[in-house]
Amino acid sequence: MYKFLLCWRYLRTRWIALASIVSVTLGVATLIVVNSVMDGFTEEMHNRIHGILSDLVVESHSSGGISDSKWFEDRIRETLGDRLEGLTTVVAVPAMLNFSFNGSNHTQQINLIGIDQQSYASVSDFSQYLMHPENQKRIDFLLKNDGYAPGRSTFPESGWNYRRDMARLRKEIERETQRNRELRRQIKSAEVGSLSLSESMDKTTIGGVTSSPEPTAQAAGNSSDIASPSSTPEPTGLAASSDLENQPSPESLQQESANDLSSVDSAKQEATELNPPQSDSTTTEMMMAGPSLKLSPTDPAARAHYFDSETDTHTGIVLGISIGSMRYRDPHGDVKDLFFVRPGDDVTVALPGAGSPPRAIDESFTVVDFYESKMSEYDSTFAFVPLDRLQKIRGMIDPTTGKKSVTSIQMKLKPGVNLAEARDDLRAVFPPDQTMVHVQSWRDTQGPLLAAVQLETTILNILLFMIIAVAGFGILATFFMIVVEKTRDIGVLKSLGAPGSGIASIFLTYGLLLGIVGSGAGVTLGLLFVWNINSIAALIEKITGREVFDPTVYYFSEIPTIIHPAMVVWVIIGSVLIAVLASVLPSIRAARMHPVQALRYE
Amino acid sequence: MNTSTLNTSKLNTTIDRTDDQIYEPLDFDGPTRLRVVAFPTSEPATGRTMLQAQGLHKTYKKNRVSVPVLKGVDFAAQQGKITAIIGQSGSGKSTLLHLLATLDRPDQGEVHFDGHRIDHLSRRSRDQFRNQRLGMIFQFYHLLPELSTLENVLAPIMIGRSAFSYLMNRRSIHNHAKELIERVGLGHRLHHKPSELSGGEMQRTAIARALVTNPDILLADEPTGNLDQETGAGILDILKDLNREQGLTIVMVTHDESIAKKCDAVVRLSKGRVESVV
Repeated sequence: MYKFLLCWRYLRTRWIALASIVSVTLGVATLIVVNSVMDGFTEEMHNRIHGILSDLVVESHSSGGISDSKWFEDRIRETLGDRLEGLTTVVAVPAMLNFSFNGSNHTQQINLIGIDQQSYASVSDFSQYLMHPENQKRIDFLLKNDGYAPGRSTFPESGWNYRRDMARLRKEIERETQRNRELRRQIKSAEVGSLSLSESMDKTTIGGVTSSPEPTAQAAGNSSDIASPSSTPEPTGLAASSDLENQPSPESLQQESANDLSSVDSAKQEATELNPPQSDSTTTEMMMAGPSLKLSPTDPAARAHYFDSETDTHTGIVLGISIGSMRYRDPHGDVKDLFFVRPGDDVTVALPGAGSPPRAIDESFTVVDFYESKMSEYDSTFAFVPLDRLQKIRGMIDPTTGKKSVTSIQMKLKPGVNLAEARDDLRAVFPPDQTMVHVQSWRDTQGPLLAAVQLETTILNILLFMIIAVAGFGILATFFMIVVEKTRDIGVLKSLGAPGSGIASIFLTYGLLLGIVGSGAGVTLGLLFVWNINSIAALIEKITGREVFDPTVYYFSEIPTIIHPAMVVWVIIGSVLIAVLASVLPSIRAARMHPVQALRYE
Repeated sequence: MNTSTLNTSKLNTTIDRTDDQIYEPLDFDGPTRLRVVAFPTSEPATGRTMLQAQGLHKTYKKNRVSVPVLKGVDFAAQQGKITAIIGQSGSGKSTLLHLLATLDRPDQGEVHFDGHRIDHLSRRSRDQFRNQRLGMIFQFYHLLPELSTLENVLAPIMIGRSAFSYLMNRRSIHNHAKELIERVGLGHRLHHKPSELSGGEMQRTAIARALVTNPDILLADEPTGNLDQETGAGILDILKDLNREQGLTIVMVTHDESIAKKCDAVVRLSKGRVESVV
C-alpha cells in the first residue's frame, strides 16, 4: 500500500521526472505519426496497385502472345474452380504514341493495352479511374458529348462538342487558306499572264506536295481531318489526289490550325479578317475553278475515303492522364494541369504487329477518356484500347481457325482465397518450360516496391524506438538522482520494516507510472497530430511558405493516414517497457541501500 | 504539550494489549522460522529483560581503514523501564541502538529480544520484527516529506499489511492512528505535511508513528537532540507517560545528562565499551 501511495506522491511532486519522460512522450508521438502516415501510404499504394493489377496473371513475354487463349482459360477454370471470381484476356504491347500540341508533334512511348470491355471490369477497378461518369459505370470506348471529370474545374472542355467545334474551325481555316492561296495564285498568274489557269494550279499543288511530303504526313496526324489511309507513307492514286485537293499549304495550315484553345480565338479572328475577299468576284471564280474541292463531300465515291472529324471518330483510346497532361505549379503556387490532348482529339499509335519479324503498324485513335489511377508509373504509360480491335490490327486472329491470341490472362480471386497457393497451383498446371508463360500474383509484380516500403517502415521504427531507448537512459539518470535524493526516506522505510523488494517496487512502479503517463501523453499527442495532420500541414505551409506535402509529386490531395490499434498498443507496450527497464537499476540500488548508512545521510 | 491533555482511559482501551485489539494482529506470511519472533504479547510488566545484548563488537570499514566502534558491549533493558544510553559523540551509542534495532548486524555478539536471539535472523524476518515489535524515533524525526501527518503515522501499518488487508480494515486502522495522533496532541494537524510542522510536532508525529503497530519496545535516538529545552521536555513527558501508563519499554540514546537522570537505568558508553551501568 505504501508503495502505491509513495510512488503516486512522487509522481505528483517530482516534476524533474516528468521532464525526463517528455522524451518518451515525443518519441511515442513521433512513432505513432510516422507509422500512421507510412501505413496510410502503404495502404493507399496497396489499394491502388491492387486495383490496377488483377490478383493473378498468366502472361506470355512473347509479342505474339499465347496463341490459343481458350485452352489456357479452360485449364485455369478447371484448376481454380470456385476460387475464381473473374477472368479476362488482355493484349499488352509497347507502342509509340504521337500527337501534336501547339503545332509541334510529340511522340512518346506507351504501353498499349487491349482490354475486353465486359470482362475487364470483373478483375480490376479500371473503370473507377476514368474521368467520365458514364465510363466509370461501364467503358464503351465511345466519345461522349461532354461532361468529362465533373467537379474538376481545371479539366478543359472535351468530348464530341469540343471535337465538332474544332473540326468546324479547322475546316473554316482550311477553306480560307485555300481561298487565300487561290487568290495569291491568281495574282501571280495575272502577273505572269502567259500560262493558263488550270496548268499553273496543277503545277503548284504537285510541286507543293512533292517538295514536302513529311509535313503532309505530320499534318495528317496532327489535324486529323484526313482519313487514316492517306497518312500512311505510300499515298497512291485517286485517294492521294483527292487528299491533295483538300490539303492546304502545309506551313500555313500548321500555323493556323494549332490545337491550343488560346490560339483558336486568334484563328477565328484571322478567319473573319479573311472573309472580305470572299465577296470578290475573282474569288468566286476561283472557287468554281476547283471543282473537285466542291464536289468531294457530295460525291459518294470520294466520301468513302473521306474521314470527317466533325462526324466520325476513330477507335476509342483511353490514355493515362500523365501521357496527355502535365501537372505544374503556376507562379502563384497553385497546382494546375496542362492538357496536351483531351477527349475528342485524335492520336496516332505506332505498334509492332504480332507476326515475326514484327512490322510496325500505324493506327489512329480518338481519345475518349483519361485514366487516372494516381500511380504515376501507370498513369504515364498506360493506354487502353478495345481488345478485339487491337487483336485485329496486330494480326492476332488466326485467319483459318479464328482463334484469337492474347498476351496475358488476368484473374480475380474470390475474397479470402490464398493468393500464393492459387498461384502455385497455376504454376503447376503451366510449367514454364513447356508453356512459356509466367504466372504471377499482383504482389509478385509489385514485390520490390512493397518490400522497399516495408523496409523503410521497419527502419524508421527501429530508429524511433532507439530514440525512446535514449529517453530510457534519461529516465535512468533521473531515477538515480531521485534515489540519491530519497536516500534518507529509503532508510526510514527500512527502519520501519519495509523489505528491499518493497523499496524496489516503489521505484519500479514509479517507472511504470511514468512510462504510462509518458506514453499516454505521447499517444494522445500523436493521435491528435494524425487526425489533424492535413490542417497542421496547411498551417506549416502558411508559416514557412513552403509546401509540406506537394500534390504534384504524390498525386494525393491529402496526406493519407491509417491508425492500426495494434500498432498503438505495441508502441505503448514498448515505451512502457523501456521506462520500466530504465528504472530497474536505480530500484536495485535503492533496495540494496543499507538502512544505517541511509539514515546517517544528512 | 503536556500530559494533562491525555485521555488515559481512552488510551487504555486502544493501545493496551490486554484489551481486545481494534484490528487484527499482523500476520506473518513468511516461512515458519519467522515464528521465532512471534512472542506472547500480553505479559504483565514484571521487570524481566526485554532486550539484551552480549559482547557486541562492531567495526566499520572506511577506505580500508577499520574503525572499531563497539568493543564488546553488554546491554540489557528491563521491561517497563526507560533505559538511557549515554555517552560522548563517537562513543558508539547510536551504533549500539542500530544493532539493537536489527538495522545492522554485529560482527560479534548476540542480541536477544524477549529471550529469542534476533541478530542472526534473515533480513526478511528482521524487517518484520522491526515493523511489528519495535518502534523507533530519531533525532531528525525522519518523517516522509511527501506524506501528511496521518499518512506518516499509518506508514508502518501500510508496510506491515498487504494493500488488500489494509483497505479492508481501513476504517479501524485510521481510527486507531487518529487516536494516537490525538494522544500526542496533534489532532488538528492530521493533514499537514511535515514541512508545515514545527520540530516538536514532527517528533510527536514520529512518536505516534512508532507506536501505531503497538510495539513491545520503543527505541529513541536522541529524541530531543534537535529541539529546544521546552519542546524537548514535552517530548520526554510524552515518553514518560507512555512508559508509566502502558508500561512501554523504552531505550533512549542521549548525550544529555539531565535527561539520563530521569531514566530508570543508565548505560554509559565510552570509546566502544560500557563504562558503567546505573
